[in-house]
Amino acid sequence: MRIAVLSGKGGTGKTFVSVNLACAAEKAVYVDCDVEEPNGHLFLKPCITECTSVKVIVPKVDPAKCIGCRTCVGFCKYNALAYIKDRVMIFNELCHSCNGCILLCPQKALKQTEREIGLIEEGSSDNVSVLTGKLNTGEVSGVPIIKGLMKKLPSHGTTIIDCPPGSACVVMESIRKADFCVLVAEPTLFGEHNLSMVYDLVKLFDKPFGVVLNKCLEEENPSEQFCKKNNINILTKIPFDENLGKLNSEGLIVVREIKSYHELFRKLLEVI
Amino acid sequence: MMKQLLILSGKGGTGKTTVASAFVELGKIHAYADCDVDAPNLHLVVAQAPAPTKTDYFGFGKAVIDSLKCIHCGLCEQNCAFGAIENEVIGIYECEGCGVCVELCPVNAIKLSDYSSGNLMLYKSENHVFSTAQLKMGSGASGKLVTAVKKQIPCEMNDNEIVIIDGSPGIGCPVIASISGVDMILIVAEPTISGIHDMKRIIDTARHFNVKCIVCINKFDVNLDNTKKIEKYCSELEIPVIGKIPFDTAVVKAVNSCKSIACYPESMAAIALSEIWNEIRTTLAQGRSFQFKY
Amino acid sequence: MKIIVPLENKSLDAPVCPSFGRTPLFVLFDTEKETEEFLNNEAAASQGGAGIKAAQMLVDNGAKAVITYRLGENAAQVLNAANIEIYKAQDGTVKDNIEKFKEGKLSLLTEIHPGFHNHGGGGK
Repeated sequence: MRIAVLSGKGGTGKTFVSVNLACAAEKAVYVDCDVEEPNGHLFLKPCITECTSVKVIVPKVDPAKCIGCRTCVGFCKYNALAYIKDRVMIFNELCHSCNGCILLCPQKALKQTEREIGLIEEGSSDNVSVLTGKLNTGEVSGVPIIKGLMKKLPSHGTTIIDCPPGSACVVMESIRKADFCVLVAEPTLFGEHNLSMVYDLVKLFDKPFGVVLNKCLEEENPSEQFCKKNNINILTKIPFDENLGKLNSEGLIVVREIKSYHELFRKLLEVI
Repeated sequence: MMKQLLILSGKGGTGKTTVASAFVELGKIHAYADCDVDAPNLHLVVAQAPAPTKTDYFGFGKAVIDSLKCIHCGLCEQNCAFGAIENEVIGIYECEGCGVCVELCPVNAIKLSDYSSGNLMLYKSENHVFSTAQLKMGSGASGKLVTAVKKQIPCEMNDNEIVIIDGSPGIGCPVIASISGVDMILIVAEPTISGIHDMKRIIDTARHFNVKCIVCINKFDVNLDNTKKIEKYCSELEIPVIGKIPFDTAVVKAVNSCKSIACYPESMAAIALSEIWNEIRTTLAQGRSFQFKY
Repeated sequence: MKIIVPLENKSLDAPVCPSFGRTPLFVLFDTEKETEEFLNNEAAASQGGAGIKAAQMLVDNGAKAVITYRLGENAAQVLNAANIEIYKAQDGTVKDNIEKFKEGKLSLLTEIHPGFHNHGGGGK
């Protein structure tokens, strides 16, 4: 079963919930799709067995064939091409790899070539296989890396997908193959506001889902109220616990340290 | 020209918006912006005019197939680099508006249509200008929207005016776009392993743009060892750590009351923030620079 | 010779626009004929690579020099490839800057910032 863990807001505890769910299972695969700031590996500390480069396609010009018609420059929606002093200039970082200029050049003077934008690391940590996507700094889009990660998802067994925050295209890519979505919310107005955004997202994709309320205090919980108002299934509530915070800040995995939390996450997995 | 202070963090949830709203209140700031267009929150805790001017934001267009003209040759589907076409249906969330299908269609059955991927909002009152936006879900290419948010702030402010910009988490396109033209970046760090890891990545990103960078540590007392690690790391790079804010439950109360923590001036967090703000204010005003080594 | 300056409205008394790639307008000033022509900057509407598109337009219009406050590295690459000189704008109006240029009082722009939409190179 593939479980995606997401939240509209950053810092609510997606990685906390994902890592602990993966560790509470007998055997699981943990996939870190937060490629701009992957954090799961900091807790799981996997032994890396394989590292794959993620590449995208960019054009390369053969100056001998180019006649300066500028079809490529005029076509590119991303302004990745310029034509100066009888020479085509290519700006790789702006290229979205649509292949258009290559297809449309009447002289076939443009060819495909590859460029690395990030990596996928594979490894394991006890009972958990770990897949981590990392985007190189300065690159704009992690979508190709997430697509690469999705290709490596096992067809059976428990897979936990740790998604990026927000609800932009990178998040959509991450939940595409999920069977179930866990929405993590914190008990503040910010949390509720952003919960409603991912709520819309999972409804759009028609994914079965439930909410985990994290860092719960005794006071009123706007996120809880949101769930009640919209008849959303609350899977479990994790109380605000300073102890948890301390362990987390050290990079320790709670279910591997505290038995009661192991129970909590095991139950959560069963419920899902 | 006015001075722009951008607040970033790398990791989400470290307290950018909390800090931004505190500065807006403490500095009686007239112009502020929320560049976290994916998940904007600043509007929940700052004062703003009741009715914003909303503008549709058009990013890349989306391809639209005219089924009456379509001859089912499949050329578009074969050549779409994003897998956005299936059985002559274009996936709105997959289409990146590159225009290849438009060019290749032998019967001109496809065109690129304007597609609103979000809304720009401008709250303007006598004394305040607040610019923000909301990206529709599933959209990408938000760098341009971030630029549009910043552009809504009028240029004609005095030299002493400081504009506060609440940034977004991450290190990608929207963050890069928000860095454009700012005078100083304040990185809000948190003393956790994840927080430190992500802080390093955002510092790295900021360095590439040669913008002055300073750090403050939020919830510092949650882990004093990690706080020391952050201070050491920053001192090695000669990045000033200009303040530390203690963990304070008053912040949650303030947020849930739709107020900035600065509205609770006796709270520990507010006191710390006030000192940090003074430090920033005087630095920007004097045009002083910290010694930065990159 | 033709020099180009980014500005926000159609008047030589306007200040130089702080942005190059996303300035709404450019003025193409012919220093020999003392004539000016205002050009709409279509690059401003681009999602990304605005600097490149704007620079391409300047090259296509025969500019020999540009006066600007800032320039991204992608735009700089285009202008350098075309041998267009890049001067640093000073406070004051476009007119003031053009006068200073004629008197040789402007210095070349040396701080080129990395591209804002997409950073050059892969990084770590």
